[in-house]
This record gives sequence, structure tokens and C-alpha cells, in this order.
Amino acid sequence: MSESKTLYDKLWEQHLVTDNDDGSSLIYINRHLIHEVTSPQAFEGLRLANRNLWRVNANLATPDHNVPTTDRGKGIADPISKLQVDTLDQNCDNFGVQEFKMSDIRQGIVHVVGPEQGAILPGMTVVCGDSHTSTHGALGCLAFGIGTSEVEHVMATQCLVQKKSKNMLVEVTGKLSSGVTAKDVVLSVIGKIGTAGGTGYAIEFAGDVISDLSIEGRMTMSNMAIEAGARAGMMAVDDKTIEYIRGKDFAPSGDILESAIEHWETLKSDEGAVFDAHIVIEGESIKPQVTWGTSPEMTIAIDELIPDPDNENDEVKKTSIINALKYMGLEANQAINSVSVDVVFIGSCTNSRIEDLRAAAKVAEGKQVADSIKQAIVVPGSGLVKQQAEQEGLDQVFIKAGFEWREPGCSMCLAMNADKLEAGERCASTSNRNFEGRQGQGGRTHLVSPAMAAAAAVTGHFVDVNQI
Amino acid sequence: MEKFNILTSIAMPLDRANVDTDAIIPKQFLKSIKRSGFGPNLFDQWRYLDEGQPGMDNLKRPLNNDFVLNKPEYQGAKILVAKKNFGCGSSREHAPWALEDYGFRVIVAPSFADIFYNNCFKNGILPVILSESEVEDIFSIIANNSAEKMIINLPNQSIQFADKSFKFDLDEFRKFCLLEGLDEIGLTLEQSDKIKAFETKAKQNTPWLF
Repeated sequence: MSESKTLYDKLWEQHLVTDNDDGSSLIYINRHLIHEVTSPQAFEGLRLANRNLWRVNANLATPDHNVPTTDRGKGIADPISKLQVDTLDQNCDNFGVQEFKMSDIRQGIVHVVGPEQGAILPGMTVVCGDSHTSTHGALGCLAFGIGTSEVEHVMATQCLVQKKSKNMLVEVTGKLSSGVTAKDVVLSVIGKIGTAGGTGYAIEFAGDVISDLSIEGRMTMSNMAIEAGARAGMMAVDDKTIEYIRGKDFAPSGDILESAIEHWETLKSDEGAVFDAHIVIEGESIKPQVTWGTSPEMTIAIDELIPDPDNENDEVKKTSIINALKYMGLEANQAINSVSVDVVFIGSCTNSRIEDLRAAAKVAEGKQVADSIKQAIVVPGSGLVKQQAEQEGLDQVFIKAGFEWREPGCSMCLAMNADKLEAGERCASTSNRNFEGRQGQGGRTHLVSPAMAAAAAVTGHFVDVNQI
Repeated sequence: MEKFNILTSIAMPLDRANVDTDAIIPKQFLKSIKRSGFGPNLFDQWRYLDEGQPGMDNLKRPLNNDFVLNKPEYQGAKILVAKKNFGCGSSREHAPWALEDYGFRVIVAPSFADIFYNNCFKNGILPVILSESEVEDIFSIIANNSAEKMIINLPNQSIQFADKSFKFDLDEFRKFCLLEGLDEIGLTLEQSDKIKAFETKAKQNTPWLF
């Protein structure tokens, strides 16, 4: 037996409290992120059982799903949304949990805020009642989404009962071509292995393409590990990770930082570590992606045709293609770059960080949103991302081009607030899910990178960003 | 949590793969701060012809009679049978809450998404994984006779349906919790000493995490 361990093996072992007789394990959780949608029933459960938080300062909260992205001064118009956000505020006050409330500049999407504050450190176990918690794996963490019962469990015990996953290595070799981003890479991975391809696995993303990505780009990829079925996606710690952490509010400093760095530098898979599955994708082979269907695995390159169900032999897949074409209002064998767009959404925990906004602004600069576009909105991931973008003048680039510049939140990614598609509207979206009705009942979502979304906005249809 | 032992019921066939949790319970209903009352909005956008909102009188809404949940022959079913990757997408526990509130206690499919699978056990729902061909057999039996009763035996981890019988795998701990209807938090708190010992050591080795 080899002594070599994967990154996931190491993170698992470092947080193992005890192995139970039945093959499950008790795993210690370092950081618990909280938002308003999946926490009220957990706080209520604690109250009913007369339990307290095990370690209060392991928790960090911010409202994001329901918050308005327009004028905050007016509060939340929808009384049900307002009650949910008010309930979070009260619960955090009562239990002593640190929260960035709606009026705080640090408020934003929980998966943007956590890393931005240095509240996510390499080597942590991170959980949140949100499937996109996998985002934080980009910093060398074991991070995964949980349901509300587990939210309550981790609040009360600082632990979770888990079974160890298998190891999958997704290696992206070589270099990316012009116009190809982390979003295109992860969509390609999902297209290759399918939305259930990673089920039961923890995915480590590696290879030259991953090393070349910024931390923001890596977060875009690990964020969407869940769309490949893997609860956790992660990357090894390198110099970029450590530079990203340095100086952040919650991060250690001085001597403690130095010993932390010594530990963090060990957070990578050992030479010769064995993975249960190994996927290799050549970076050069990846082109800008657009999803055409109602599952993230239904993705094609911008120069490709929409699939024909008649060419599919698997009956289940054939039915899925027929259903998706019908829902999306598309024809088999249609060129994706001939499809016109009604709405453009740039935002979400996948693509609302400063790098994403810069990429979109670069495409939009000096151009105009096409007349056929009903709405094009840019929603920064946090108040601090918004501030940074404004300091760089990106807000003016967007506004001059005809985009709306909004306040931070989850917004049209899942349309729990006022930002949503009308039935039949087609959206170029930088979010992570193109499920039926995700962005509004009857709405049609196409997942793309920020640059591709901006390109669709200024031309009115999907187009290769390299042709702009 | 309600105990689970042996359950006998007709089964409802949902002939779709990749049924996501947005479809099981759309986001507008996630604004509730309660755990109950999601049943009338289970599969809302497939089940009704209009757009559902919280607070609507669901009894007055137009039904999509083509959707299996509205077919008279399947009323009262406690078992749902679907195709692969059931419960993918969002981690929302509102999905099993809605299924349970509607009356489902068992979901049978060739595969489940991890988070959803895990959430089921916390809510007294048994997710059963069978092979694709076994699930096809079940769909055929239902197609022949929708009134056929399926017997799910948790202690034996077996299913009896018409002339077919199937065995299924299950974690011992999850099975035990379902059989006993146990509160997992209470069980973990019994290990408080181990958790405290872990914390003491971790504070020495990795003080920046505390």
C-alpha cells in the first residue's frame, strides 16, 4: 500500500474526530456559513431542543438570496422575503452570530463574502446550507453543501456524520485559448462527465490550466463541481492561494501566519497518490461554451450545432433532449450562435467577483447593449466587489453601454428576489443552473462566461467573444 | 421523526431522469421559515398550469391533468419511482420536506444526488437504489396494473412487487436511525468528550483556525 495521500485524504484525516462502527465518521467543521433561506428551521430546532451553538465564532452569516438588488433604502418589498431576512437578523442577534446585515458594505453572496473576508482559510472544513459551498475548495478546503438538518447538527455539535467519498482527479492540461475562461473549462468538464459523473466523489482539479487560473477562476470551477454531482471540488494550495489570503480581515498575521503557511504548503496531493477516477482534458481543445438545454451537462461550443435526439441511442438521454428542446424553444441542429437573447444576467456565486466584472467590462467597453435586449443587469457578488469595481470605473463602462448596475445578492441566479425572467424569455446568464424555471417560471437559461454574456448583450445573440 | 419499518402502498411512476430540487419545490416557496406545509407545492410547475406563489389557495388552481401526480389512479401513493440522478441541484431540504408533506415515504430510482439522498434520511424518507433494469421492471409492472401494491421491508432491505422481488443496500447507521426514528444530534452529543478532545489538539496544532 502506498503512503501517498490525495489532498482530500489529508483534509479528511485532519478533521476526523472518530470513526463509527458502521463505516461513517464524525468530521469536525471549522467554518459554517449561514444565509436566510436554509437556516430559520435550524435555529428553530435549536430553540425547541433548548440547545446552543457549540462554537459561536465558527459561524458567519449574511442575507443573500432574498435581498433586493435595487435601491436598498426602500427595504424589501415582498413581505415573505422580508420576514425571512428579518428572521435571520433576529436569530443571529439572539445566538450571537456575526452577521453582515443588508446595510453592511461587507454583505453579499455568502460564497463571495467568506473568501473575501479571509473567513475561509486553506485546510478548513467549510459547510453551508447551500450546494455551491463547493466554491471554497478553491482555497484548499474540504467544502460542501448540506441540508437544514445538517445545518442544525453542525450548529449544535460543530461536527457532521459523513461517509468518505471516493477520489477523482480532473486534470486540465496545457493552455487555454483566447476567450476561454474558467467557466468554459468547468462547463466542458460537466459536459464530459455528466451531471451525475461526480456523484460519490470529491473532485480535485489539477493541471497547468488550473495552476494558471487566478483564485477567482478556481472558485468558478469548484463552485460548479456540484453541477457534476460532486459535493466537493478542490484545488491544491500554491503561492497564489497564500497571497490571496494575506492581509484579509479574518486571516492570521505575524508568527501565526508563518506557521499557518508552513501547514498550508502541505495541502496538495502527494506524488503517486491514487485516485479512483482520473479524467484528462486538454486545455487547447476547449472553446467558449453555451449551454443549450435544461441541465448543465447540455453544453456545446459556440461554433457547434444543438444536438439532434435522433442521433442519441440511449432512450433516457433521447427523452431528456426532446424535453429540453421543447422547454427551451429550440430546434435540433440549429447553430447556437444564431439564437437571439432577451435578457443578460452577469452575477451569481459562480461569476460575480472582480475578475468576472473586469472580463465583462472589457467586452462591453465602448459598445452598446443591442436594442433587442430587454434587460441587461450586472450584480456584483458583494458590497466590497461593487466598491472595488466602482473605484476601477467598471460601473461607468457598464452604465454607458446600457447595462443596469445593481446592489449585491444572488439575484436572477435563482430569482427569489424581484429579479426574474418572464415565461419564454431567453437569458444569457453567468450563473450555474439552467434547470426549468430556475430564473423564473417558463424562463430559458443559457449558461455562459461573463465575457460571453457581455458579447451576447452587445450583439443580441450568442457569439464567439473572439469575434467581438 | 416518524419510525419506518414495513410500508405497503401503490407506486407513482415519474418517468424522468435528472429531476432537480428546483423542480421538486420551486424557489418561491423557500421563503417560508417553517418546516411544514410544502406538500401542496410539490412539483408545482409541472403540477399546475398557472404560476404558483406562496399564500395562494392551491385548491382553486388549474391542474395539469397530464402530470402523473394528478392522475386519479395514483392518489394516495406513498412510493415514488423515478429515473436516474433524482434530486440533483440545490441542497434545499425543502425538497424532502415537500415530498414527505405530500405523503411520500419512499423514493425508488437507479441513482440519487448525494445531498438529496442524505437529506431524505433526516426526514424519515427511505431512498432506495435499484439497478436501471430493476427500475424498468417496476415501471412495466405499474404500466400493467397501477393498483399493484408494493411492499417495502426496511428490516430485510427488500421489495416485493407483483411477482418480482428486489434487495437493496443501505448504510447500517442510516437504517438504524430510520427504524428507530432517532435524533442524530442527540447521538452526536453523546460523543462530546471526543469532540472536545479533538478541539484541544487542533487548537495546539492549528491555532489560526480558532
